[in-house]
Amino acid sequence: MTSLKSLDDLKRIREEALKKQQLKENSGKKEIIVGMGTVGIAAGARETLKAILEMIELEDLNDIVVRQTGNIGLDSFEPIVQVVLPDEDKITYGNVTPDMAREIIKKHVIQGEIVKEYQIEK
Amino acid sequence: MREIALHILDIAENSITAGADQVIIQINEDLKNDLLQINILDNGKGMDADTVEKITDPFITSRTTRKVGLGIPFFKAAAEACDGCFNIESQPGVGTDVSVSFKHSHIDRMPLGNLTSTFLSLLIGAPDIHWVFEHKVNGNTFIFDDQPLKEALDGLALTEPAVLKYIRETFEEGINTLYHADQITLDPIS
Repeated sequence: MTSLKSLDDLKRIREEALKKQQLKENSGKKEIIVGMGTVGIAAGARETLKAILEMIELEDLNDIVVRQTGNIGLDSFEPIVQVVLPDEDKITYGNVTPDMAREIIKKHVIQGEIVKEYQIEK
Repeated sequence: MREIALHILDIAENSITAGADQVIIQINEDLKNDLLQINILDNGKGMDADTVEKITDPFITSRTTRKVGLGIPFFKAAAEACDGCFNIESQPGVGTDVSVSFKHSHIDRMPLGNLTSTFLSLLIGAPDIHWVFEHKVNGNTFIFDDQPLKEALDGLALTEPAVLKYIRETFEEGINTLYHADQITLDPIS
Protein backbone atom coordinates (compact mmCIF):
# COMPACT_ATOMS: atom_id res chain seq x y z
CA MET A 1 0.00 0.00 0.00
CA THR A 2 1.48 3.35 -0.94
CA SER A 3 1.51 6.30 1.39
CA LEU A 4 -1.47 8.62 1.10
CA LYS A 5 0.72 11.63 1.55
CA SER A 6 3.64 12.26 -0.71
CA LEU A 7 7.18 13.22 0.12
CA ASP A 8 6.74 16.21 -2.18
CA ASP A 9 4.26 17.56 0.37
CA LEU A 10 6.94 17.17 2.98
CA LYS A 11 9.53 18.96 0.86
CA ARG A 12 7.12 21.88 0.47
CA ILE A 13 6.62 21.91 4.24
CA ARG A 14 10.37 21.97 4.65
CA GLU A 15 10.87 24.94 2.36
CA GLU A 16 8.14 26.94 4.07
CA ALA A 17 9.54 26.13 7.49
CA LEU A 18 13.03 27.18 6.46
CA LYS A 19 11.71 30.49 5.11
CA LYS A 20 9.98 31.14 8.42
CA GLN A 21 13.11 30.28 10.36
CA GLN A 22 15.14 32.76 8.35
CA LEU A 23 12.71 35.54 9.24
CA LYS A 24 13.01 34.84 12.93
CA GLU A 25 15.94 35.84 15.07
CA ASN A 26 18.08 32.94 16.05
CA SER A 27 17.16 32.69 19.71
CA GLY A 28 18.30 29.11 20.28
CA LYS A 29 16.32 25.94 20.82
CA LYS A 30 14.09 25.28 23.78
CA GLU A 31 14.32 21.74 25.02
CA ILE A 32 11.55 19.63 26.54
CA ILE A 33 12.48 16.23 27.97
CA VAL A 34 9.90 13.61 28.94
CA GLY A 35 10.72 10.57 31.09
CA MET A 36 9.72 7.43 29.18
CA GLY A 37 10.85 4.58 31.38
CA THR A 38 8.39 1.85 32.30
CA VAL A 39 7.23 3.72 35.39
CA GLY A 40 6.78 6.91 33.41
CA ILE A 41 4.77 5.14 30.71
CA ALA A 42 2.60 3.39 33.30
CA ALA A 43 2.01 6.74 35.01
CA GLY A 44 0.81 8.34 31.76
CA ALA A 45 3.94 9.83 30.18
CA ARG A 46 2.74 9.05 26.66
CA GLU A 47 -0.41 11.14 27.16
CA THR A 48 1.69 13.93 28.62
CA LEU A 49 4.03 13.83 25.62
CA LYS A 50 1.02 13.72 23.30
CA ALA A 51 -0.31 16.91 24.92
CA ILE A 52 3.08 18.57 24.41
CA LEU A 53 3.18 17.61 20.71
CA GLU A 54 -0.39 18.85 20.27
CA MET A 55 0.57 22.19 21.80
CA ILE A 56 3.51 22.50 19.40
CA GLU A 57 1.07 22.02 16.50
CA LEU A 58 -1.64 24.23 17.98
CA GLU A 59 0.59 27.12 19.00
CA ASP A 60 2.86 26.72 15.98
CA LEU A 61 6.03 26.58 18.06
CA ASN A 62 9.07 26.38 15.77
CA ASP A 63 12.00 26.42 18.11
CA ILE A 64 11.42 23.35 20.28
CA VAL A 65 13.34 20.14 20.63
CA VAL A 66 11.50 17.27 22.32
CA ARG A 67 13.49 14.38 23.70
CA GLN A 68 12.65 11.33 25.71
CA THR A 69 14.76 9.91 28.47
CA GLY A 70 14.73 6.68 30.46
CA ASN A 71 14.19 6.34 34.16
CA ILE A 72 15.93 9.16 36.08
CA GLY A 73 15.34 7.79 39.56
CA LEU A 74 12.34 9.86 40.54
CA ASP A 75 9.66 7.19 40.15
CA SER A 76 7.09 8.69 42.49
CA PHE A 77 7.15 11.92 40.47
CA GLU A 78 6.44 10.31 37.08
CA PRO A 79 5.42 11.50 34.57
CA ILE A 80 8.38 13.84 34.66
CA VAL A 81 8.88 16.74 32.27
CA GLN A 82 12.03 18.84 32.14
CA VAL A 83 12.31 22.18 30.40
CA VAL A 84 15.58 23.79 29.38
CA LEU A 85 15.43 27.28 27.93
CA PRO A 86 18.53 28.70 26.22
CA ASP A 87 21.12 29.83 28.80
CA GLU A 88 18.93 28.75 31.70
CA ASP A 89 19.03 25.91 34.22
CA LYS A 90 17.06 22.74 33.68
CA ILE A 91 13.70 22.88 35.45
CA THR A 92 12.11 19.56 36.51
CA TYR A 93 8.36 19.16 36.85
CA GLY A 94 6.72 16.14 38.47
CA ASN A 95 3.42 14.24 38.20
CA VAL A 96 2.71 16.12 35.01
CA THR A 97 -0.75 15.45 33.58
CA PRO A 98 -1.62 16.51 30.01
CA ASP A 99 -3.38 19.62 31.38
CA MET A 100 -0.34 20.55 33.45
CA ALA A 101 1.88 19.99 30.41
CA ARG A 102 -0.24 22.44 28.39
CA GLU A 103 0.08 25.00 31.19
CA ILE A 104 3.85 24.48 31.40
CA ILE A 105 4.14 25.07 27.64
CA LYS A 106 2.05 28.25 27.79
CA LYS A 107 3.69 29.76 30.86
CA HIS A 108 7.24 28.46 30.90
CA VAL A 109 8.13 27.52 27.34
CA ILE A 110 6.31 30.40 25.61
CA GLN A 111 6.37 33.15 28.23
CA GLY A 112 9.47 32.13 30.17
CA GLU A 113 7.79 31.96 33.60
CA ILE A 114 8.56 28.85 35.65
CA VAL A 115 5.40 27.16 36.94
CA LYS A 116 6.67 26.89 40.51
CA GLU A 117 3.80 24.86 41.95
CA TYR A 118 4.59 21.92 39.63
CA GLN A 119 8.33 22.08 40.08
CA ILE A 120 10.17 19.43 42.06
CA GLU A 121 13.57 19.60 43.74
CA LYS A 122 16.22 17.68 41.92
CA MET B 1 -0.85 -0.58 31.29
CA ARG B 2 -4.16 -1.07 29.60
CA GLU B 3 -3.15 -0.79 25.97
CA ILE B 4 -0.98 -3.03 23.86
CA ALA B 5 0.37 0.17 22.30
CA LEU B 6 1.75 1.22 25.71
CA HIS B 7 3.50 -2.13 26.09
CA ILE B 8 4.97 -1.71 22.61
CA LEU B 9 6.26 1.70 23.69
CA ASP B 10 7.81 0.15 26.79
CA ILE B 11 9.55 -2.63 24.83
CA ALA B 12 10.82 -0.16 22.23
CA GLU B 13 12.20 2.03 25.02
CA ASN B 14 14.35 -0.96 25.98
CA SER B 15 15.64 -1.02 22.40
CA ILE B 16 16.61 2.64 22.74
CA THR B 17 18.35 1.92 26.04
CA ALA B 18 20.16 -1.00 24.37
CA GLY B 19 21.72 1.44 21.91
CA ALA B 20 19.86 0.23 18.82
CA ASP B 21 20.06 2.42 15.74
CA GLN B 22 17.32 0.52 13.95
CA VAL B 23 14.05 -0.70 15.42
CA ILE B 24 11.30 -2.47 13.50
CA ILE B 25 7.83 -2.76 14.99
CA GLN B 26 5.45 -5.21 13.34
CA ILE B 27 1.81 -5.73 14.18
CA ASN B 28 -0.16 -8.40 12.39
CA GLU B 29 -3.87 -8.79 12.92
CA ASP B 30 -4.94 -12.02 11.30
CA LEU B 31 -8.63 -12.50 11.92
CA LYS B 32 -8.91 -15.68 9.90
CA ASN B 33 -6.60 -17.39 12.35
CA ASP B 34 -7.84 -15.26 15.25
CA LEU B 35 -4.33 -14.06 15.95
CA LEU B 36 -2.72 -10.81 16.97
CA GLN B 37 1.02 -10.96 16.55
CA ILE B 38 3.50 -8.27 17.60
CA ASN B 39 7.24 -8.21 16.89
CA ILE B 40 9.77 -5.66 18.03
CA LEU B 41 13.17 -6.17 16.42
CA ASP B 42 16.26 -4.16 17.25
CA ASN B 43 19.97 -4.18 16.53
CA GLY B 44 20.93 -3.04 20.02
CA LYS B 45 23.58 -4.58 22.22
CA GLY B 46 21.50 -7.69 22.95
CA MET B 47 21.52 -9.94 26.00
CA ASP B 48 22.86 -13.34 26.97
CA ALA B 49 20.49 -16.19 27.85
CA ASP B 50 20.79 -15.58 31.60
CA THR B 51 19.75 -11.97 31.30
CA VAL B 52 16.82 -12.85 29.06
CA GLU B 53 15.61 -15.29 31.69
CA LYS B 54 16.01 -12.75 34.46
CA ILE B 55 14.11 -9.95 32.80
CA THR B 56 11.13 -12.14 31.95
CA ASP B 57 10.71 -13.38 35.52
CA PRO B 58 9.22 -10.76 37.85
CA PHE B 59 10.37 -12.65 40.94
CA ILE B 60 14.00 -12.70 39.94
CA THR B 61 14.21 -9.18 38.56
CA SER B 62 14.90 -7.04 41.56
CA ARG B 63 14.02 -3.40 41.75
CA THR B 64 17.60 -2.23 42.12
CA THR B 65 19.23 -4.28 39.40
CA ARG B 66 16.76 -3.77 36.66
CA LYS B 67 18.00 -1.78 33.74
CA VAL B 68 15.46 -2.99 31.25
CA GLY B 69 11.73 -3.09 31.40
CA LEU B 70 9.92 -3.94 34.50
CA GLY B 71 7.11 -4.04 31.97
CA ILE B 72 8.27 -7.28 30.32
CA PRO B 73 6.81 -9.72 32.89
CA PHE B 74 3.48 -7.89 32.73
CA PHE B 75 3.33 -8.02 28.94
CA LYS B 76 4.20 -11.71 29.06
CA ALA B 77 1.49 -12.43 31.62
CA ALA B 78 -1.06 -10.48 29.56
CA ALA B 79 -0.28 -12.51 26.45
CA GLU B 80 -0.34 -15.82 28.25
CA ALA B 81 -3.71 -14.97 29.82
CA CYS B 82 -5.07 -14.62 26.27
CA ASP B 83 -3.98 -18.00 24.90
CA GLY B 84 -0.94 -16.27 23.46
CA CYS B 85 2.77 -16.47 24.02
CA PHE B 86 5.74 -14.26 24.65
CA ASN B 87 9.23 -14.88 23.44
CA ILE B 88 12.54 -13.05 23.50
CA GLU B 89 15.39 -14.03 21.22
CA SER B 90 18.53 -12.12 21.89
CA GLN B 91 22.18 -12.32 21.04
CA PRO B 92 24.88 -10.13 22.53
CA GLY B 93 26.24 -7.76 19.91
CA VAL B 94 23.49 -8.58 17.42
CA GLY B 95 20.18 -7.45 18.82
CA THR B 96 16.92 -8.51 20.37
CA ASP B 97 13.66 -9.79 18.91
CA VAL B 98 10.62 -9.67 21.12
CA SER B 99 7.59 -11.51 19.78
CA VAL B 100 4.22 -11.56 21.47
CA SER B 101 0.96 -13.11 20.36
CA PHE B 102 -2.60 -12.94 21.57
CA LYS B 103 -5.78 -14.75 20.62
CA HIS B 104 -7.34 -11.80 18.80
CA SER B 105 -10.89 -12.40 20.04
CA HIS B 106 -9.95 -13.29 23.62
CA ILE B 107 -12.24 -11.46 26.01
CA ASP B 108 -9.31 -10.45 28.25
CA ARG B 109 -7.19 -9.09 25.43
CA MET B 110 -6.27 -5.45 25.92
CA PRO B 111 -7.20 -3.14 23.07
CA LEU B 112 -4.37 -2.20 20.72
CA GLY B 113 -4.82 1.38 21.87
CA ASN B 114 -3.31 4.51 20.39
CA LEU B 115 -0.59 3.29 18.03
CA THR B 116 -0.13 6.73 16.47
CA SER B 117 0.65 8.23 19.84
CA THR B 118 3.08 5.43 20.69
CA PHE B 119 4.87 5.75 17.40
CA LEU B 120 5.09 9.55 17.53
CA SER B 121 6.57 9.31 21.03
CA LEU B 122 9.31 7.02 19.74
CA LEU B 123 9.98 8.85 16.49
CA ILE B 124 10.13 12.30 18.07
CA GLY B 125 11.76 11.23 21.34
CA ALA B 126 14.57 9.23 19.72
CA PRO B 127 15.09 10.83 16.31
CA ASP B 128 18.52 9.27 15.72
CA ILE B 129 17.04 5.80 15.42
CA HIS B 130 15.81 4.43 12.11
CA TRP B 131 12.20 3.45 12.87
CA VAL B 132 10.11 1.12 10.76
CA PHE B 133 6.49 0.49 11.59
CA GLU B 134 4.55 -2.20 9.80
CA HIS B 135 0.90 -2.86 10.56
CA LYS B 136 -1.03 -5.61 8.80
CA VAL B 137 -4.72 -6.24 9.05
CA ASN B 138 -5.92 -9.32 7.19
CA GLY B 139 -3.18 -9.03 4.61
CA ASN B 140 -3.50 -5.28 4.03
CA THR B 141 -0.31 -3.51 5.04
CA PHE B 142 0.60 -0.03 6.18
CA ILE B 143 4.33 0.57 6.32
CA PHE B 144 5.92 3.66 7.76
CA ASP B 145 9.65 3.84 7.29
CA ASP B 146 11.07 7.09 8.63
CA GLN B 147 14.19 7.02 6.46
CA PRO B 148 12.80 8.62 3.24
CA LEU B 149 11.01 11.17 5.40
CA LYS B 150 14.16 12.16 7.26
CA GLU B 151 16.04 12.39 3.95
CA ALA B 152 13.37 14.71 2.53
CA LEU B 153 13.53 16.85 5.66
CA ASP B 154 17.31 17.09 5.30
CA GLY B 155 18.00 18.10 8.90
CA LEU B 156 14.79 19.99 9.60
CA ALA B 157 13.49 18.98 13.03
CA LEU B 158 10.65 16.48 13.32
CA THR B 159 9.13 18.79 15.92
CA GLU B 160 8.56 21.50 13.32
CA PRO B 161 4.75 22.00 13.72
CA ALA B 162 3.89 21.31 10.07
CA VAL B 163 6.12 18.24 10.05
CA LEU B 164 4.51 16.91 13.23
CA LYS B 165 1.11 17.37 11.64
CA TYR B 166 2.26 15.60 8.48
CA ILE B 167 3.58 12.59 10.37
CA ARG B 168 0.58 12.36 12.68
CA GLU B 169 -1.88 12.53 9.79
CA THR B 170 0.10 10.04 7.70
CA PHE B 171 -0.15 7.63 10.59
CA GLU B 172 -3.78 8.18 11.41
CA GLU B 173 -4.82 7.87 7.77
CA GLY B 174 -2.61 4.86 7.16
CA ILE B 175 -3.96 2.88 10.08
CA ASN B 176 -7.52 3.98 9.41
CA THR B 177 -7.31 2.82 5.81
CA LEU B 178 -6.24 -0.63 7.01
CA TYR B 179 -9.41 -1.04 8.98
CA HIS B 180 -11.69 0.22 6.28
CA ALA B 181 -10.03 -1.57 3.41
CA ASP B 182 -12.62 -4.29 3.07
CA GLN B 183 -15.29 -3.50 5.64
CA ILE B 184 -14.17 -6.03 8.16
CA THR B 185 -15.31 -5.71 11.72
CA LEU B 186 -12.19 -5.67 13.73
CA ASP B 187 -13.46 -6.33 17.17
CA PRO B 188 -16.03 -9.11 17.02
CA ILE B 189 -17.14 -8.36 20.57
CA SER B 190 -18.33 -4.81 20.06
